[in-house]
Amino acid sequence: MNTLIEMTGIDKSFGKVNVLKNVSFSLEKGEIHALMGENGAGKSTLMKILTGIYTKDAGNIRVRGQEVEIGSPKEAEQLGIAVIHQELNIIPQLTVMENMFLGRDLCYGKTGILRTREMKQRTREYLNRLGVHLDPGMEAGKLSIGQQQMIEIARALSVNAEVLIMDEPTAALTDREIEALFNVMRELRSQGVGIVYVSHRMEEIFAMCDRISVLRDGTFVGTETIKETDLDTVVRMMVGRQLGERFPERNTAIGEERLRVEELSDGEIISNISFFARRGEVLGIAGLMGSGRTEIARTLFGVSEKQTGKVFLDGKEVRIRKPDDAIAHGIAFVTEDRKAQGLVLGLSVRENIALTNLNALSQNGVMSGAKEEQLVRDMIQRLNIKASSGEQTVKSLSGGNQQKVVIGKWLGIMPKVLILDEPTRGVDIGAKKEIYNIMNQLTAEGVTIIMISSELPEILGMSDRILVMHEGRLAAIMDKTQATQEKIMHAATGGK
Amino acid sequence: MADKKSFSLNLQKLGPFIGLLVITIILAVMSPNFLTLNNILNVLRQVSINALIAFGMTFVILTGGIDLSVGAILALSGALTAGLMTGGMDPLLAILVGLLAGTAMGMVNGLLVAKGKVAPFIATLATMTIFRGLTLVYTEGRPITGFDSDMFTMLGAGYLFNIPVPVIWTIGCFAVLYFILKKTAFGRRVYAIGGNEEAAILSGIKVSRVKVYIYALTGFLSALAGIILTSRLNSAQANAGMGYELDAIAAVVLGGTSLSGGRGWIFGTLIGAMIIGVLNNGLNLLEVSSFYQQVVKGSVILLAVLLDRKKAA
Repeated sequence: MNTLIEMTGIDKSFGKVNVLKNVSFSLEKGEIHALMGENGAGKSTLMKILTGIYTKDAGNIRVRGQEVEIGSPKEAEQLGIAVIHQELNIIPQLTVMENMFLGRDLCYGKTGILRTREMKQRTREYLNRLGVHLDPGMEAGKLSIGQQQMIEIARALSVNAEVLIMDEPTAALTDREIEALFNVMRELRSQGVGIVYVSHRMEEIFAMCDRISVLRDGTFVGTETIKETDLDTVVRMMVGRQLGERFPERNTAIGEERLRVEELSDGEIISNISFFARRGEVLGIAGLMGSGRTEIARTLFGVSEKQTGKVFLDGKEVRIRKPDDAIAHGIAFVTEDRKAQGLVLGLSVRENIALTNLNALSQNGVMSGAKEEQLVRDMIQRLNIKASSGEQTVKSLSGGNQQKVVIGKWLGIMPKVLILDEPTRGVDIGAKKEIYNIMNQLTAEGVTIIMISSELPEILGMSDRILVMHEGRLAAIMDKTQATQEKIMHAATGGK
Repeated sequence: MADKKSFSLNLQKLGPFIGLLVITIILAVMSPNFLTLNNILNVLRQVSINALIAFGMTFVILTGGIDLSVGAILALSGALTAGLMTGGMDPLLAILVGLLAGTAMGMVNGLLVAKGKVAPFIATLATMTIFRGLTLVYTEGRPITGFDSDMFTMLGAGYLFNIPVPVIWTIGCFAVLYFILKKTAFGRRVYAIGGNEEAAILSGIKVSRVKVYIYALTGFLSALAGIILTSRLNSAQANAGMGYELDAIAAVVLGGTSLSGGRGWIFGTLIGAMIIGVLNNGLNLLEVSSFYQQVVKGSVILLAVLLDRKKAA
């Protein structure tokens, strides 16, 4: 019996909405199985049923051949099913060991006195099994996100989990950490652990997974063996239509120089960065995480406090000390973390879009309802934002639509320079393409776009020129015609 | 979906109003004197001081802050105005100085919070102590009394078309502040800061400036309340307004504004202040001992918050 999990005919509805219709899914021992689908396809609901957070309306779940009812997360854990969440459940003030044994500390009988030595020993053992060497006494908050994730995986293993569900595990990791995670996953696979891998990143899936299952609008589309399928087939399964090329063709005419940056430094991470960008151009910024990509954007936008260097717009030097200076000069900044930095989640689509335009939308400080409605209607239409109305709170929108709201709030200022930091992170493949199309429209109108991205295919597919960062310094600027993944990685890792 | 949403939203907004109605009906049944015109006007006049302070507190809490110094600002501004008048200054000028002083004190709070990055609770706890201390220094601990200005007496104790003057002040301030929160760019900024301060900064909102304005506004309103109180009592006391910060916070919370900021409205605060006022008055009429009154008031606040939690879940 090599099948760990077998789910058949799963139905689930919330009120009148059928979220899952007759969905099947299976997981073998020692396989990494990708679960894919656009946002809202039902992936998380299916996994929440498997981990006992939701109860199914109909269908069967078998674990190691035994039919089971999973009524709570506790029961899932007893069945050996564990989840590594996208948002880690690590308490930063506690030590590695304390996090490992959170809620199930080892004590002498019922005395409540901790068996510290034994817990330390076992923490080391489980971490070693992952090939990770951390001091169990170290404060977890001082570790990197990747290391914290390892604690969580070790914790799952320590309760004898045989099924690991990983939800976008690489979203917040640096390239090196991703490689370390993949090694751990391969190791676990060879030990017979089954891994359900939820991700939007195609490259990773094709590199790591054995099988792939696709959901669309709550229905099961199919399961394929990775070796026998290709990207186009998977994309077609996900969106139900031919999407065409992943990146739309870029053939905009590039005009005059718009932005010139000379010897930009933020006094901390980046120093001596000089570059220019022209009208209608997409300048891609590549580099490893922590190499200073985002800091260029933040410094240009006046967020970093100790900035030095010169910035010229259309040939004239401008002084940008605060974000509102940048906005006044027509620079817009779509930040990397839309929930923490881009949106006020509790407010409506309308209020978020209006946020950057309050002065233009008001007269003597009094808001003009008509102007505001007009702007919001335009943006919803232009960006194809799927919301019930402008009054819907952005919290309840999907990732892709939230991202479009962030872009919408910046288009309202009629930007000359639009900085996009990871514009398609956590966005499904259909919405990604829409965002690329919007970028093309904007450059056709003469907007200069600076796009920071960790996805090399995106950098290569969308940029006209590519700036590569390495440890806070500019490593290379290359034209798209000369750029390849290898050349970019070479420059980004400090190669000459 | 959309319909259901707006419905539950309305219910949430109506909650405080329904609460006020229920309490009013219960008190009306239990005490025949409660629903008389005289008594209602009396309640409204008592409410007005707390309402004015609570209006400012609403702005502060909407940005995710808190202001504990309002009672002390009330006392110092009232004392200052009183002292200047007894010293021979023109009452109108004295009032103006009082209001300016209150605004300046609020501004100090705002600068500490916005520029000094001191947690609002700590900053205003410290200034509360300082302002109260300054009041004691200024008054030498003795009440200031003996104003011979009809205009000044009118301010807190007078009537206009049979309506107590403080009530008119309160309604006027309410109208202006309601408009500011609902219809102006400034109001939008307040909600955005409370909802997500970092996103607000990155959207080009001058967050520090907005915060300074808000604490200054609260200082102004507290000073206005202090001057009205001084006029009504015909004296300024060093210990005036002790504990008023708690009544104001209670009014804001009863009105449904979230203490974590970003969510709430000023109409709710008006209702919240009225709930507290009606309870005080009703329990007095029912001759409940003032010791028990506090128990009842506290319980009502707790009940309201618990009901609110339940709805949110």
